[in-house]
Amino acid sequence: MNIIVVGLSHKTAPVEIREKVAFPPTAMGDPLQRMVTLPAVSEAVIVSTCNRVELYAASRQPERAVIELKAFLADFHNLDPAVLDAHLYDLAGVEAIHHVLRVAASLDSMVVGEPQILGQIKTAYGYACEHNTSGAILNRFMHKAFSVAKRVRTETGIASNAVSVSFAAVELARKIFDTLENKTVMLVGAGEMCELAAKHFVNNGVSKVLVTNRTFSRAEKLAAEFDGTAVNFENFREQLHRVDILLSSTGSPDYVLTAKKLKEVCKERRYRPMFLIDIAVPRDIDPAANKIDNIYLYDVDDLQGVVQANLKERQKEAAKAEVIVEEEVRQFQTWLASLEVKPTIVALRRRMDEIRQAELEKTLANLGELKEKERRAIEAMSAAIVNKILHQPTSILKQASNNDDGDSYLDAVRTLFALPVEEDNAGELADE
Amino acid sequence: MGSLNFLFVATTASYLAASILYLIAMIAKRPQAGRTGRWLLLVGILLQATCFALRHSSTGGTPVTSLHESLAFFAWCLILLFLLLDLRFHLSVMGAFAAPVAFILMIASGLSPNVVIQLSPLLKSWLFPVHIIFAFLGNAAFALSFGAGVMYLVQNRMLKSKRFTGIYQLLPSLDTLDKVNYTCLSVGFPLMTLGIISGAFWANTAWGSYWSWDPKETWALITWFLYAGLLHGRLTVGWRGRTAALFSIIAFMFLLFTFFGVSLLLGGYHTFESFSAV
Repeated sequence: MNIIVVGLSHKTAPVEIREKVAFPPTAMGDPLQRMVTLPAVSEAVIVSTCNRVELYAASRQPERAVIELKAFLADFHNLDPAVLDAHLYDLAGVEAIHHVLRVAASLDSMVVGEPQILGQIKTAYGYACEHNTSGAILNRFMHKAFSVAKRVRTETGIASNAVSVSFAAVELARKIFDTLENKTVMLVGAGEMCELAAKHFVNNGVSKVLVTNRTFSRAEKLAAEFDGTAVNFENFREQLHRVDILLSSTGSPDYVLTAKKLKEVCKERRYRPMFLIDIAVPRDIDPAANKIDNIYLYDVDDLQGVVQANLKERQKEAAKAEVIVEEEVRQFQTWLASLEVKPTIVALRRRMDEIRQAELEKTLANLGELKEKERRAIEAMSAAIVNKILHQPTSILKQASNNDDGDSYLDAVRTLFALPVEEDNAGELADE
Repeated sequence: MGSLNFLFVATTASYLAASILYLIAMIAKRPQAGRTGRWLLLVGILLQATCFALRHSSTGGTPVTSLHESLAFFAWCLILLFLLLDLRFHLSVMGAFAAPVAFILMIASGLSPNVVIQLSPLLKSWLFPVHIIFAFLGNAAFALSFGAGVMYLVQNRMLKSKRFTGIYQLLPSLDTLDKVNYTCLSVGFPLMTLGIISGAFWANTAWGSYWSWDPKETWALITWFLYAGLLHGRLTVGWRGRTAALFSIIAFMFLLFTFFGVSLLLGGYHTFESFSAV
């Protein structure tokens, strides 16, 4: 049995293509059902996010499955197969396993380490379960992907630093104030980024929001959004002593806040620290303010710099994650290979024979001196019992290899008789 | 003395092990190591407390008269206060400062002659242990405020320059470090004050005068004024953050000189040898 991946992502396809092949979450039943009715496909999961659309399948005929899946994707979305093909990648076997585990661990994401992808894959798997298109192989595989993602998250620092400007601002504020509770944020001017950052601050505990704008009505509107207070732009400087965190993004060509003014404010605040975030270009706050004790001034580039440094840190952690993924790929491949019929039957026979031999020895030892003929009769009987018992299961397993649900029998036999998964032959068997 | 030696070595070993764990926690970013380090420190101060108790019962005196004893006692005070601070502020990183310092103090203590100085009857008074304990606890609190001050400056430098190194993640927020600095100051200052006052009373019973401008007394007074100044600045002027951190680092330099420098360089009746000679 093989894992197959056919799909495209932000790395291979522009958004114009991605949006065309996306599957709406409200109607996953139809495409999933159509996928499993493809002759070479026995199990199916569809992952569809804004950055990637991927079809996961279990199949005994990987080459055929890839062709069918590509045709299905073009057909389902009414696209020209030739156009779509240029953006598609297809993977089978170990490569496919490797790919999916990396995706789940967020190593293939646009922002490495972003946490959403795992949730999206879980949802995708949920749809497959709901419509009964995931079987023994993909069930095990998807759970493997979830556990690998979790392992990567806990064992590496891949998601430990903020990689968006507004989150970076919140993290910096925490390093200055410890907690954001009882802190006051002031927004000077209204830009989209400013608003987003303010939202993050409010979500992280900031209790008071002041908003000021040259157009007072806009200040009022924005203040209402945050349950805050609008302040007149003419005298917002008089309120500064109350402000712990200031987000500025006015369109003013000159500094809105001078270092001199901030020095006064600082004294008025009895030197309690202030965190100033200047998102405006040209800048709103005199950069010299950063030299004042207890004032921490960050402009857009500074925040970008923090984000870049964090991204670099993530890359380092991602290297550690890759090692974990490799390890898990090998483990899963070993399990998958054990689901081949021949080695399963061999292992089952071996297990039975071991039991027979052990019991035989015990019995013969207890019976004492026996005639050669009697001994042979007992041996023959034990062998016959084992053969009779194994006859039916063996033939069912052989037939099962031709059915889609065969793997669940193989898995069941392995579990019921505690047959060992032998790492040594795994590679060899997988090639058969 | 056998069991005393064993306790001493065991204490030193647990401080060393804790130091290594705290450094691992800091350098390899494995906070779990710090948690184990904390338990080792707890074991260390319990062992050392047993050590003091045994020493007290065998010599009958305050076990802090020789350099050997006082260095060890300083280590104990430092770890005790650190553990209390950690309980309140979660300052695991500071363990990478406190534990090695305690370990070094223990080594220095082990290297200095392990003698029991019998106080001349003249000096025997309940005021002596009181003086010693207050003074040492105060010093330990100031040592920790020094540590917090250094951490504050490092963190502040990174936030100002916008260049962050690995330790940034581990250092507590500026606000926490400033609070630690203040807490240490507000604990250390009264202890130091009581230490000086009880010392003066003791001097009066021993020598018949409260204050005799012995070098240690003079330097202790200078240090006391510095800390008083810092406390005043914090409470009335609103000093905080970098100013307070720098100030507490400088004041601690004076304290170090008072503690070590005066005894080694300037002499006077606070030197350990002089206890028996008086």
